[in-house]
Amino acid sequence: MTATSILFDVNFKSVLYIVAFSLFIYGLSGLTGPKTAVRGNRIAAVGMVIAVVATLLVDPFNNALLIVLGLAIGALVGVPAARQVKMTAMPQMVALFNGVGGGAVALVSWAEFRDSAGFAGKSVEIGSATLHVGTPTYIAIFSVFSALIGSISFWGSNIAFGKLQELISGKPLSLGKLQLPVQGLIGLAALACAVAIVAEPQSEIIMIGLLVFAGVFGVMLVLPIGGADMPVVISLLNAFTGLAAAAAGIALENQALIVAGMIVGASGTILTQQMAIAMNRTITSVIVGGFGGGGAEVAAGAAGAGGGTVRATSAADVAIQMAFARLVVVVPGYGMAVSQAQHAVREMAKALEAKGVEVQYAIHPVAGRMPGHMNVLLAEADVPYDQLKEMDDANGDFPRTDVAIVIGANDVTNPDARNDPSSPIYGMPILNVDESASVIVLKRSMSSGYAGIDNPLFVNPKTQMLFGDAKASVTDITSELNEL
Amino acid sequence: MSALLANIAVEGVSPLVTNLAILVLAGFVGYAVISKVPNTLHTPLMSGTNAIHGIVVLGGLVLLATGADLDTGSKIILFVALVFGAINVVGGFVVTDRMLEMFKPKKDKPAAKDDAGDTKGGAA
Repeated sequence: MTATSILFDVNFKSVLYIVAFSLFIYGLSGLTGPKTAVRGNRIAAVGMVIAVVATLLVDPFNNALLIVLGLAIGALVGVPAARQVKMTAMPQMVALFNGVGGGAVALVSWAEFRDSAGFAGKSVEIGSATLHVGTPTYIAIFSVFSALIGSISFWGSNIAFGKLQELISGKPLSLGKLQLPVQGLIGLAALACAVAIVAEPQSEIIMIGLLVFAGVFGVMLVLPIGGADMPVVISLLNAFTGLAAAAAGIALENQALIVAGMIVGASGTILTQQMAIAMNRTITSVIVGGFGGGGAEVAAGAAGAGGGTVRATSAADVAIQMAFARLVVVVPGYGMAVSQAQHAVREMAKALEAKGVEVQYAIHPVAGRMPGHMNVLLAEADVPYDQLKEMDDANGDFPRTDVAIVIGANDVTNPDARNDPSSPIYGMPILNVDESASVIVLKRSMSSGYAGIDNPLFVNPKTQMLFGDAKASVTDITSELNEL
Repeated sequence: MSALLANIAVEGVSPLVTNLAILVLAGFVGYAVISKVPNTLHTPLMSGTNAIHGIVVLGGLVLLATGADLDTGSKIILFVALVFGAINVVGGFVVTDRMLEMFKPKKDKPAAKDDAGDTKGGAA
């Protein structure tokens, strides 16, 4: 056996695939700790390079120009986008990358459909004889499955991107009572196309119909979902794309695709569940639509019940209160992300520490728009990892906290989640900031949070509000601190 | 040749069964590896797994590289799939790397604290 023939041997390719997905698994296990995470991600990337190289080891190599061009354009679009995106826009970036991945799976299935004459099989010429190679039914099934899920993921992710980027209203959009029946019918139509294709070879229009119906289904899936549930949806669509990739792997008999896709499918499902649990929601209730329609009336009721006065304060006053505290707990939220206040917050913490005040950060698992969103931002500002407290630890510390400073967080501090069974977020675990001696809330205005409900914390007698842009407010507080 | 192909198909274990076994095992591996990730790393994790499912780029590569007789329509579809997949993979890994870099340096390094002040202006 010559060197070249080994290179193009099927078993050699399989061995390279084994190396590749071992690296994926090893890399992912590195992502479990902050110290090994960077290395883990890079190891997984190396695995990806090996998988791509192994795939390109085919002897009559066709369409070389298209392949090089396609990979180059993808890299030219992907790298600058990934480098330039602001940390605040990370969630929609992930949604977008997830979407194109789903789109790729759907398109691959479509091409497979065309290449095998609607999964009828194709004629292969071997020497002088022509051999008809039929496509096994299971290949049609898995391919059609990946087309369905891939298309849902593509369109759903794009809507999620549009909502987070505020190109589309973040509020739930639905057809009201017609939503469920219409969406059900469209889902059935997509399924009918899928069944028809598997049953017997169909014309291409049925395949296009499948992609379109699945796409509309994806759009209708995400449009009615209100802001606070968005992270759960992105995670769910991420898992979808993984499953679609695994199914495409079975259809193409490509083990690297199967393993990598399935790992993502499994991890995405767990992550989705964990997020849903953190918000005291089930995945089903997120999808069926929750904070949406009924939210407005409930919110109005809560406001009436809450009624009370809001006390505004000044940066100088906040600085004095905090300077004489022993323990200050920073509770960051999306507002901090929007105004890019993380560096200013770090400066404020340094000024406080210089005065001997202990500073901690209380991180709610779903603060911001994604789990861990706040950690990423604070890490960007070089906040020491050990000052970041997860919810349970932080809640243990609030009773001995002198000042809790809430920066652009709202729903995750809402005491209604504990006290008011009629609240849409009742039962969601929250940060008990109202247990600390005093609470300062930095907020742009009295508008309600992302979930669209009122927060009685703001009218709590212990609470003082500092209105304005979070970054400007924090910077003011810091300069007041430095003058003390 | 065709007889050989037929024999393999009849006597060998169906690739479907082998691949289903791989699928199931990979699911458990994914579950075992991922369920240990701390909450704080969930966003990078989501982004990292997102990059890994960019492996769908292989699907486009396989069909294009082995497809000697693809028509123009299929070529266009696969080309777009390739571009999409490549964006997913490359962008996904780079963005994850950026996120994770932020977690790395500052642990017990007082020098890094001074850098924070410097990057404050630059990052805006």
